[in-house]
Amino acid sequence: MAEVFCEDRTSRSASRDDGRIEELSTGSSRGAGIRVVVGETTGFAHTADLSEAGLLAAARAASAVAREGGGGTRLAPLEEHRRHDATARYLLDEIPTVTKLELLAAADEAARSAGSAISQVTTAFSEGRRRILVATTDGIYASDDQVRTRFNVMCVATADTGLQTGFESMARTEGFEMFDDADVAEMGRIAARRAMAKLSARPAPSGEVPVVLAGGSGGVLFHEACGHGLEADHIVKDSSVYCGQLGRQVASPLVTLVDDGTVSGEWGTSAIDDEGRPAQRNVLIEDGILTDYMWDWLRARKEGRPSSGNGRRETYKDLPMVRMTNTFLLAGQEDPDEIIAQTPDGVYVAKLGGGQVSTATGDFVFGTTEAYLIEGGRITEPLRDANLIGNGPEVLRRIDALGNDFSMMPGTCGKDGQSVPVGCGQPTLRITGVTIGGTAA
Amino acid sequence: MSDELLDIADRLVAQGSGTEQIEAYVARGTDTEIRIYDGEIESLSTATSAGIGIRVLLPGPDGSRVGVAYAGSLDPGAVAAALTSARENATFASPDPMMVLAAPDGITPAKVDLVDPTAHLVSIDDKIALAKAVEAAAKAGDPRIRSVDSADYGDSRSEMALVSTTGIRATSERTSAFVSAATLAGAADETQTGSGFSIGRGPGDLDPEAAARDAVERSVRMLGATKGASMRTTVVFDPRVTSTILGVLSGALSGDAVVRGRSFFEGHLGESVAVPGFTLVDDPTDLRAYGASALDGEGLACRRNVLIDDGILSMFVYDTVSARRAGAAATGSASRGGIAGSPGAGCRALVLHSGDLSADELLASVGEGLYVQSITGVHSGVSTVSGDFSVGAEGLMIRDGRLAEPIREVTVASSFQRMLQNIIGIGADLTWLPGISAGQTLAIGDVQISGT
Repeated sequence: MAEVFCEDRTSRSASRDDGRIEELSTGSSRGAGIRVVVGETTGFAHTADLSEAGLLAAARAASAVAREGGGGTRLAPLEEHRRHDATARYLLDEIPTVTKLELLAAADEAARSAGSAISQVTTAFSEGRRRILVATTDGIYASDDQVRTRFNVMCVATADTGLQTGFESMARTEGFEMFDDADVAEMGRIAARRAMAKLSARPAPSGEVPVVLAGGSGGVLFHEACGHGLEADHIVKDSSVYCGQLGRQVASPLVTLVDDGTVSGEWGTSAIDDEGRPAQRNVLIEDGILTDYMWDWLRARKEGRPSSGNGRRETYKDLPMVRMTNTFLLAGQEDPDEIIAQTPDGVYVAKLGGGQVSTATGDFVFGTTEAYLIEGGRITEPLRDANLIGNGPEVLRRIDALGNDFSMMPGTCGKDGQSVPVGCGQPTLRITGVTIGGTAA
Repeated sequence: MSDELLDIADRLVAQGSGTEQIEAYVARGTDTEIRIYDGEIESLSTATSAGIGIRVLLPGPDGSRVGVAYAGSLDPGAVAAALTSARENATFASPDPMMVLAAPDGITPAKVDLVDPTAHLVSIDDKIALAKAVEAAAKAGDPRIRSVDSADYGDSRSEMALVSTTGIRATSERTSAFVSAATLAGAADETQTGSGFSIGRGPGDLDPEAAARDAVERSVRMLGATKGASMRTTVVFDPRVTSTILGVLSGALSGDAVVRGRSFFEGHLGESVAVPGFTLVDDPTDLRAYGASALDGEGLACRRNVLIDDGILSMFVYDTVSARRAGAAATGSASRGGIAGSPGAGCRALVLHSGDLSADELLASVGEGLYVQSITGVHSGVSTVSGDFSVGAEGLMIRDGRLAEPIREVTVASSFQRMLQNIIGIGADLTWLPGISAGQTLAIGDVQISGT
């Protein structure tokens, strides 16, 4: 199999710091990655030179490793071009730069006026357009035009107890229309509130405690706790705790986990994956039973099955791998407030930060950035940031309450040195026991 | 080889008109990556990429406005378009009296030769053989190794040229190579993981056996691990863990973070921030350091900076702009993340001064505690703004001064402020590691372990 992946990227970012528009940056890159697969071996090369000579040189480099390939020429018929135009209403240059800078100022001012303890505010805007085209000797011939927009607010609050940070972000696979329903001033106030609340926060507890995750706060839990372990590259190498578990109960019966690259506007959404397969909705766990893994072309071929549209790469300079798109837990039946009320003591996590997992052992961590104690079924005092640690399969079995709310949040997923945008989502839920790594005994 | 890049940078900067100031950073790199699985090549990639990052400053009565642009190609059309974008971007920035480009400060760069002249003579077959050797050694290292998840070889040759209208004109070149292995130990009902690596300026420096041995030992000794109990105790960090933690800590020593009010060290210069005997130096002129470099990201000479001296916070590291904001001088510590990034201030070759005890002697002196061989969640649970520290950890209990049973799925929590004052031993086993810091065995008292 031979594949040509062409990519043209443009990006723009602006940041405001200390009340100043600090820096506007624009970038562009364009190139092609060429992949040749013979047997179990992949040869790969890339070039920024898209002339015929440049492409042929890259093709020779990529095929050099496939020595038994012989030589000669084979013509591969392509399917009719599947062309996907941008779904964004506005492309990058269609909105004046000053309009974007005004958003930075609005969020900045709102955050600063949220309280006198706010000592530093950075607001940042970025947008990117990525056009890709994939053609393979299997006949795939498809293109996509992806526009993504992101807005961040970072605050520092200062008191005699020290410094604390607060963060809020919004990111969608959309153009400037992302701001139609967004209140950037409110984002500024939220980030400020998070930082200020922690100034008087007490140290997080240590040991195993019941944890209630607010809806949309912690989809990263499922991304880390089981998503990575369901990527077929780990499965075919027997380096996932979910190997050999198809059809088995791997989670509480409340759990239905989906990876879906088609959800309109979400951060991990695209029309096609980076191997030209249409994005699709894949049910991974249904009512606690493991139903499928996620697949790219290479690993699917090994099993004689189609790819699930999860072959992604960061840029044309990278080989595709099995990656998640938007991964989320479907909502349940319960009133979120009732879930808290029925938790005598524990920790309420309003916002999670990043996380990390070892797919081979299932052990994962993820950090809280806004959390509170639950005492007597009520949310009480704020807690300082801490990591939660657990084992994926164990935590999935310990989910005993699922709310009827739901929301998504954007994230950046890193794997083998490549970063791609992903979405995560879940309803409010309770885990009967997770270890929290605070400093309080 | 860098002459071609210097020429591109010179020509770009020569286009500056009037009072406009321009900086051009031109970079090119060639990388090879080989992954072996089950004795066969899983993937092999090799390619060259190049690009340019441009900063344009428009001086005015209230200070300069800066605009930035980059292009992932040295094609003349792409370079010209980037210059146009940078100029346009500058018109939107706020004037800033502190915004200037670096100018030569009279300090001569150290002679730091980062090129292995024999690296390019090594054939692709020999590189494949190195990757196969690390996989084979890992498989053979212990009967309890179930498989080798990845066995990799990688090398790179990179060069850059940096020219500005303020008189900077510099080039540099470096080569590097590594092999690494990730092992899985245990039968079907239990898996433990370990990783090992060997790095150097060229393939000839690599030791696949040592990389494999490290991965094997780390995975095999974790077999039978159970979740540890919660306790307040002493932790002993493996040199790799110490290196990671010092690298993160250095974020609080960045002048950039300090002037933005984003460092817990702000306002504590001259104060005791760590135990006596804790001396932390950033010295990119030391060739043994992975991050060794003659020049910083603005083209100024890298130099030896003593950041914490015998427990006293003695200085921060600065690039030109953060130094001006702080009323200090640049310390040759500008770092930039490739063509797309503007310079910031950061460390690149940290060394903590070693103590007298070997790792074994340090364990014996500690008596009881937890030896930590790896940590996770550094980017989610450690803050150089607040100093709060909470990471996932695995390792071995220390009993009677020796390593005992394996422990997993616990957290280690404290704060940087407290940990630095609770150091009870620094090992003599300084180890040069990839990244921005070396490391040695380090014992810290009174941390909270959270588990069952």
